[in-house]
Amino acid sequence: MSQGYLVDLALVLSAFLFAIGVAGVLLRRNAIIVFMCVELMLNAVNLSFVAFSRMHGIDGQIVVLFVISVAAAEAAVGLALILAIFRHYESVDLELFRRLRW
Amino acid sequence: MIEFFFFLFAAMAVLSAIFMVTQVNPVASVLYLVVTFFSLSGLFVILDAHFIAAVQVMVYAGAIMVLFLFVIMLLNLGSTELSDIRQGIGRVLAGSVSVALVAVFARLFMAGGDVDGLGGPSALDPLLESSGAVAAVAEPLFTRYLVAFEITSILLVVAIVGSVVLARRREP
Repeated sequence: MSQGYLVDLALVLSAFLFAIGVAGVLLRRNAIIVFMCVELMLNAVNLSFVAFSRMHGIDGQIVVLFVISVAAAEAAVGLALILAIFRHYESVDLELFRRLRW
Repeated sequence: MIEFFFFLFAAMAVLSAIFMVTQVNPVASVLYLVVTFFSLSGLFVILDAHFIAAVQVMVYAGAIMVLFLFVIMLLNLGSTELSDIRQGIGRVLAGSVSVALVAVFARLFMAGGDVDGLGGPSALDPLLESSGAVAAVAEPLFTRYLVAFEITSILLVVAIVGSVVLARRREP
């Protein structure tokens, strides 16, 4: 395979997916969907790691494995936090969680 | 042929990511995000990361998204009629920040247009030819990155214990 310009296109796609994730974090008030948008941003970065590993060697793919395991740990802890907050507020609306705001 | 599949998976990923952000129903959002993850795993195959593609399907589309779906159904959030998408200034802020981000990435991309190897042949082909898709990832993972790999196991234990402690119902 020598379609090397696919690496360029993968980087462009990764930028778009990351921007969609940022827009989702700013746009939504449902804590679970904000969390899913964070996962989308992690995946966009994974895509650029894989694209760069195609130019520079296998190390980028190892980093992707670590990112996936950290994302799994983060999802478990974050969803447990959302469960605990839901028990207190009976909602996952981020506008209601203003205990730590000025 | 490769180009066709690349553009197919790229379009699927972007469209389902946009649907994921704009759907009101959280269950529909989760399912669109699963479609995004599947198309990203197809892109990983095209970019010579076969093992990462398999892990992507198993861990992300399989485990993490089922966890999200499980929490949404446990909290009974699946039947919301009320939109939680911000109105007015929040919408303007989200749109302008993401457009600015794409512009910054485009600027960086133009600036780095003559980086060595960008657009060249794959650096992984000889390695994949000689040792196969799994051994190519496993060999550095268990030699050069062994310490980081072991620390990841500690991280996972901390995450398990932490989520059990956080989600436990406290007796009054």
